[in-house]
Amino acid sequence: MDHPLGLYTATALEAPLFTSVDDVSARLAETGYLASPSVATTVFLADRLGKPLLVEGPAGVGKTELAKAVAKIAGAELVRLQCYEGVDESRALYEWNHAKQLLRISAGRDESWDEARTDIFSEEFLLTRPLLTAIRGDQPKVLLIDETDKADVEVEGLLLEVLSDFQVTVPELGTITATRRPFVVLTSNASRELSEALRRRCLFLHIGFPEEELERRIVRLKVPGLDAALTESVVRVVGALRAMDLRKVPSVAETIDWARTLLALGANTLDETVVRDTLGVLLKHQDDVLKAAAKLDLDAL
Amino acid sequence: MTTPVAERLTSLVAALRAHGIRVGTGETVDAARAMEALGFGDRELLREGLAATLLHGSVQRPVFDPVFDLYFPRRVGAPEAGTADREDLRERLAAALAANDEALLARLAAEAVDGFGGYGSPGSDGWSSYQTLDRIRPQTLLARVRADVQGRSGGSGFADRLLDDEIRRRIEAFRGLVATEARRRVAEQRDRDQIARRAVAPTADRVDFLFAGKSQLAELRRTVQPLARKLATRLAARRRRAARGSIDLRRTLRGSLSTGGVPMRPVLRRRRPARPELVLLCDVSGSVSGFSDFTMLLVQALHDQFSKVRVFAFVNRIDEVTGLLEHGAADAAGLGARIQAEATLTGWHGSSDYGVALGEFAERHGEAIGPRTTVFVLGDARTNMSDPNLAAVRQITERARRVYWLNPEQRTQWGTGDSAAPEYAELVEMHECRNVRQLGALVGRLLPI
Repeated sequence: MDHPLGLYTATALEAPLFTSVDDVSARLAETGYLASPSVATTVFLADRLGKPLLVEGPAGVGKTELAKAVAKIAGAELVRLQCYEGVDESRALYEWNHAKQLLRISAGRDESWDEARTDIFSEEFLLTRPLLTAIRGDQPKVLLIDETDKADVEVEGLLLEVLSDFQVTVPELGTITATRRPFVVLTSNASRELSEALRRRCLFLHIGFPEEELERRIVRLKVPGLDAALTESVVRVVGALRAMDLRKVPSVAETIDWARTLLALGANTLDETVVRDTLGVLLKHQDDVLKAAAKLDLDAL
Repeated sequence: MTTPVAERLTSLVAALRAHGIRVGTGETVDAARAMEALGFGDRELLREGLAATLLHGSVQRPVFDPVFDLYFPRRVGAPEAGTADREDLRERLAAALAANDEALLARLAAEAVDGFGGYGSPGSDGWSSYQTLDRIRPQTLLARVRADVQGRSGGSGFADRLLDDEIRRRIEAFRGLVATEARRRVAEQRDRDQIARRAVAPTADRVDFLFAGKSQLAELRRTVQPLARKLATRLAARRRRAARGSIDLRRTLRGSLSTGGVPMRPVLRRRRPARPELVLLCDVSGSVSGFSDFTMLLVQALHDQFSKVRVFAFVNRIDEVTGLLEHGAADAAGLGARIQAEATLTGWHGSSDYGVALGEFAERHGEAIGPRTTVFVLGDARTNMSDPNLAAVRQITERARRVYWLNPEQRTQWGTGDSAAPEYAELVEMHECRNVRQLGALVGRLLPI
């Protein structure tokens, strides 16, 4: 396709990682990440279109794991920027190593200022932070920007330049452009609305709770010791809890924890006592535990 | 990319835009590239690919899916195997529900609409999902499906107590399939663009409070916490900006003495960090209760932003419900019923009377309002032809810092019938607040900081 508006000249600079969506699923599965069709499709497109991937969804459905799995497949280095309130340019992008610069100045006392100046603002004194690290070098990289919604709005502005052009401007050095684009994954728990400008630069992926069949496969993969019939019951109970109106519904991480607990307890089948005693693994609020117990008829004993 | 496909894509985008989803040209181009990369082999992959490139949030997904189904339908025309035998269809439906075979359920939905959904002349003037479901009655299959599943698994394990709910969810999914299929058949006969704009339900935040069904209200209630979090950050940002307030002239001049009378450094006025107080007066009579409940929950979720929040509910008498609301956050669905049961809201009759209720408030709870209080009145101002009691409203406005009225009715409806909205609007600032989107914008703007 040609783009008369000149909006998009961006294509991946290197050979794509994946040949097809099935290829994505198969190779993610090799690393131990079972992907739903929507996850596989979006990862495939992010690779093909060379766009960052914005992943939203409840806690514990494997948003961060996805980035790790992609890094493993691509044999790439995972560069991680953990966002928090107050993260800033010097934490995300780069910083000058002031101490080393001072040492350098005092070491060369008799040289002219011009010499010293060009020297102390060279790469040797640059401390690269995740965003700059990710676009430098020829090795393949996966950039994970975790919990983007926790960062302040100003940081989003910073991300825009990096994510749309894959370049960073350091005033003393000039603009550094990526020779090899990293595969970028941003995650968000939607605690704050990300700006429209940032969203527009990304492919959007919402990872929800998996379908029953997929969740069974996940439990079987992570907790291989659990018997098949019990696995099925576990997934069904978790599905029922998710349909209830609870403050915090159990996520995949909790399903796996529960399966492990049941395995450790040596339970062969689910019954009222086992479920009541282990409900705390799945539900984290007392209100929820009471409500679920009532709905599941656990008090009938 | 061939022209018909590109055209199909752009009309899909136009339909999404008509539903208020902002899709730029850049995203459309991306979507086209995604289609190219994915091919047309698998419809579900295409759906995910377009969703990834065109959408920006998960709230937009419920609108996207039906629109996608219209522009990229599962099939065209009538299904090959039609049936006119209702019992036969129900039999096969029960078997499919028991096996939870999604592909088969989709085929059965097509057959059902074809066989039982057509109305009008034999060529059919249209297709109705309501009529289809009314004739097939999938909900009555519950017992049969349950027996079928239990007969097959044989056991009575712990998880079997979940069976009923699971089957109900499958039946619900089947109803959705029938609705999709009926929309597709209608769109084949009439203008697809029209159907995509009219027959697809809007996103949850654009549903009118007054017309929202039970399930929609439940869905709205789930958005209270995220919305409250967003509004809290917005309020915090406004507070930060307001803290760097106007110039304090006296202190600036005083500081300028050290620089020979030249004001080099402006000194800003410091704001006293006083958290404002909030009073909510909510009409909880049947017609507007969905709106009031939602707003009460939202304000309750925001309570840590204020030094004091007091909530009063009324129909034709007024009573304080702050306590009920604090304990009620865990069980939001039952809130309305509990307020009706535990607070004294009605006197001699059951219909709303703003005049009496506001008068009673001014008289009995007048002390709740002080110079730092902002008052929100929530209601449609339909006072059943009785006296609007403007004097009481005037009394409230005189004592409070600000008074706002949020009216869930369309502005054009104000003043029609028994609505006293224009009279009240002369005294207090009245805003139209029909859906969550408007409410979010108003609350973010009007709440005191």
